[in-house]
Amino acid sequence: MPCGLFHTRYRTDERIFKTVWVRSWVAALGFAVLLLPLFVSSYILYVCNTIFIFIIGAIGLNILTGFTGQISIGHGAFVAIGAYSSAIMTTKLSLPFWLALPGGGLCSVLIGIFVGLPSLRVKGLYLAIATLAAQFITDYTVVHWESMTNGITGMYLPSPQFFGFIFDNDSKFYYLLLFFAIAAVMTGRNLFRTKIGRALIAVRDRDIAANLIGISLFKYKLLAFSLSSFYAGIAGSLWGFYTNIITPEHFTIVLSIDYLAMVIIGGLGSILGTVFGVIFMTILPELLTTASILLKDTFGQITTLLSAIKGLIFALAIILFLLFEPDGLAEIWRRVKAYWKLWPFSY
Amino acid sequence: MGSNNMSPILSVNNIEVIYKDVILVLKGMSLAVNEGKIVTILGNNGAGKTTTLKAISGILKTEDGEVTDGTIEFYGERIDKKYAEAIVRMGIFQVMEGRRVVEDMTVEENLLAGAHIQTNRKNRKRDIEMIYDYFPALVPRKKIMAGYISGGEQQMLVVGRAMMSRPKLLLLDEPSMGLSPLLVSEIFKIITKINKEKKTSILLVEQNARLALSIASHGYVMENGRVVLDDTVEKLLENEDVKEFYLGLSEVGVKKSYRDVKHYKRRKRWLT
Amino acid sequence: MTDNITFLLQLIVTGLVLGSVYALVALGFVLIYKSTSVLNFAQGELLMFGAYICFVQTVQFHIPFIWSFLVTLIFSFILGLLMERALLRPMLGESIISVIMVTIALSTLMRSLIQIVWGTQTKVFPPVFSQEPIYFLGLFVAEVHLYSLAFAMICVALFGLFFKFSSAGLAMRVTAFNQQVAQTMGINIKRIFALAWAISAVVSSIGGIILGNINGINNALAIMGLKVFPCVILGGLDSIFGAIVGSIIIGILENIAGGYLDPILGGGVKEVAPFVLLVIILMIRPYGLFGKKLVERL
Repeated sequence: MPCGLFHTRYRTDERIFKTVWVRSWVAALGFAVLLLPLFVSSYILYVCNTIFIFIIGAIGLNILTGFTGQISIGHGAFVAIGAYSSAIMTTKLSLPFWLALPGGGLCSVLIGIFVGLPSLRVKGLYLAIATLAAQFITDYTVVHWESMTNGITGMYLPSPQFFGFIFDNDSKFYYLLLFFAIAAVMTGRNLFRTKIGRALIAVRDRDIAANLIGISLFKYKLLAFSLSSFYAGIAGSLWGFYTNIITPEHFTIVLSIDYLAMVIIGGLGSILGTVFGVIFMTILPELLTTASILLKDTFGQITTLLSAIKGLIFALAIILFLLFEPDGLAEIWRRVKAYWKLWPFSY
Repeated sequence: MGSNNMSPILSVNNIEVIYKDVILVLKGMSLAVNEGKIVTILGNNGAGKTTTLKAISGILKTEDGEVTDGTIEFYGERIDKKYAEAIVRMGIFQVMEGRRVVEDMTVEENLLAGAHIQTNRKNRKRDIEMIYDYFPALVPRKKIMAGYISGGEQQMLVVGRAMMSRPKLLLLDEPSMGLSPLLVSEIFKIITKINKEKKTSILLVEQNARLALSIASHGYVMENGRVVLDDTVEKLLENEDVKEFYLGLSEVGVKKSYRDVKHYKRRKRWLT
Repeated sequence: MTDNITFLLQLIVTGLVLGSVYALVALGFVLIYKSTSVLNFAQGELLMFGAYICFVQTVQFHIPFIWSFLVTLIFSFILGLLMERALLRPMLGESIISVIMVTIALSTLMRSLIQIVWGTQTKVFPPVFSQEPIYFLGLFVAEVHLYSLAFAMICVALFGLFFKFSSAGLAMRVTAFNQQVAQTMGINIKRIFALAWAISAVVSSIGGIILGNINGINNALAIMGLKVFPCVILGGLDSIFGAIVGSIIIGILENIAGGYLDPILGGGVKEVAPFVLLVIILMIRPYGLFGKKLVERL
């Protein structure tokens, strides 16, 4: 808590950016982010765009896992459902972008409710197992329902159009995705200032007590799962529109594990942490790819083993974080901030 | 392992217990239990009675607690740094509050599990028969899931389970909690019997002061993590404060003013 | 007409063999779940590990199968102990989500390691059993299937006895119920955890070696391990007996679904059918056939 800050109204107490300093820094950061495309290469913009999309999906997962305490190993499946539904809507139903996008999200929600209904009624870790099943079933459906999804050849999505303005390069997508990422972060952050958000946290921490004070566990868990699926669907849909082509390989269980890794490494229960986690987990493989290109001459086999090595390092990163810093990057950030605030009087 | 009636088998020497590195629960607690005796610890909620038992049995570590000062000795050997399973093997068994039976095992399986440290099969068989002698109410319940038997039977089961390990010192945490007066008196009769026949020393934590003082020989009163009274039961029963605050006997026939009741805390003679 | 019945019976028999192997792996899974409340997502990788280690010995070092089999069991036991000591014990006291994440990460770790060391091509065991099919009640059964079935059933039976009657088994059940209560009874729960993981690793290795013999060794073995989930959900997460029954049923149903639906849906049904069954089970009977509803006394 910053020194000398006395709130006299609820409104000022609940503000997300509490002091003038924080607000100024955020504004400066926002300014920098907005101007970025003018100064960097297409490749870096691609990385940024990927980060934005993953932020959206990861926040959804954090709402479910970090704030409500339910594990989902099938997040990738819901991303897939969003992507494919949007693809079907634009190609087969000729719906425009601004309808297909929420449509993708909604399809994910519907399937999510279908999966969540049986497994959330029951106490325990059943959601984890049900989402695992959902992941495999979705994998199978996407590959085999060729009339709808073209199987392994994949589907094509046209670039989004808004009143004649076509988003077809990295810079234009940057601003579009930035908008959605900020929307996701702000809605996520705001969710936990509302009654719903507090109920979700109660479900995570002491569900029996929450039940006793009138919070319907089933209803809120289902709500969290629906929200999470919605975010995932939007992320998948945006991904489809961005890359124009989607194939089943993008959306396997590896994607689900990647999302889980981002949320855990970033810090469960912290929106800021999710952003950190996504950035960390997106930059790491890019670094690895660059390193492997540099090392290609000394270790010839590295490029063929690249995906396995990536998997190895990811898994190690997750395990190390879980063992030594279970609250993730968000916690490290908090410690650094506290150190700066209290220096030289740190305890 | 020789001991005479003069030196206690268990001595807790001025221990300080801290939970999670920050919460100080026991601030210098000392007690002693002599062989074959029943000693009771009385006090209100939050005084630290259960914590004392957990410190003795080693369970404290599983709850992020630590004995940070002082020592606990059992038959002359220091036990405050030992793990719970080692302490059980030395002969101390804690029956935790709340009747924690293993709900999905049968009564008989629960008893057998209690004999975990007993490796001799014949001894185990003999001990089970002995338990059924002490607690005949359990006999018809042998094959029933422990989660479905009544509260009183569960309490008997946990005490019987403890006895299966042939303990030298039994730590009982609020055995009367939630039971009907009839059952409570029955269980306490059996506890007294066990103490007499098996010479098992007992350290009893109880809220029901009258009951505890009826079977114990020595008593400690705790408040706020400290022992405030330490005396034989006869003297305790005479003590005015014990009578008023724990036995519900205040001066009969004297009109109480509200001011007196409001300032009751100031009137406790042991507060410094 | 008899052709159809023969077809069905053939599917059932092979399904039975498959199910018996699942039962073995499911046992290991339930063992870990019951003692430590952890859902071990790395179960499949333990299968792969056993198969690969056995393969390396038999093929690269030309050790006779029976010895490489036994040595693999020892290796697996040690691996189980190591996993518990290095990864699970430091996580004692953390939330169950974190622990499950560790097992998920572990599964990726092991899979990646195996891929780096041994590559992705399917490895095949040299034929240990005769290839001549045995004619049994009008059906053809491979010798390896019969041996697998018998062996799996024996292991399962041994397990049941262990859990029900031995002192260690009883101690495991108490630990599964409440670790603190177990500790008050003198049970060394750390040893119980280590034992659970070690046994689970051994059992999974056996399963991996059997399946490797039947189907060849590759990544699919790991997915096989994940199929243990439908089996234990059907049987009831905390029931050893249920795990066995559930596994056999899933094995048979999966085979039948594959046999009849593969031609219609274009293949791969065997991989997904168990998970569809899983969702159905969760809808009608989430505690499975033999699982117990959580008795929560407040």
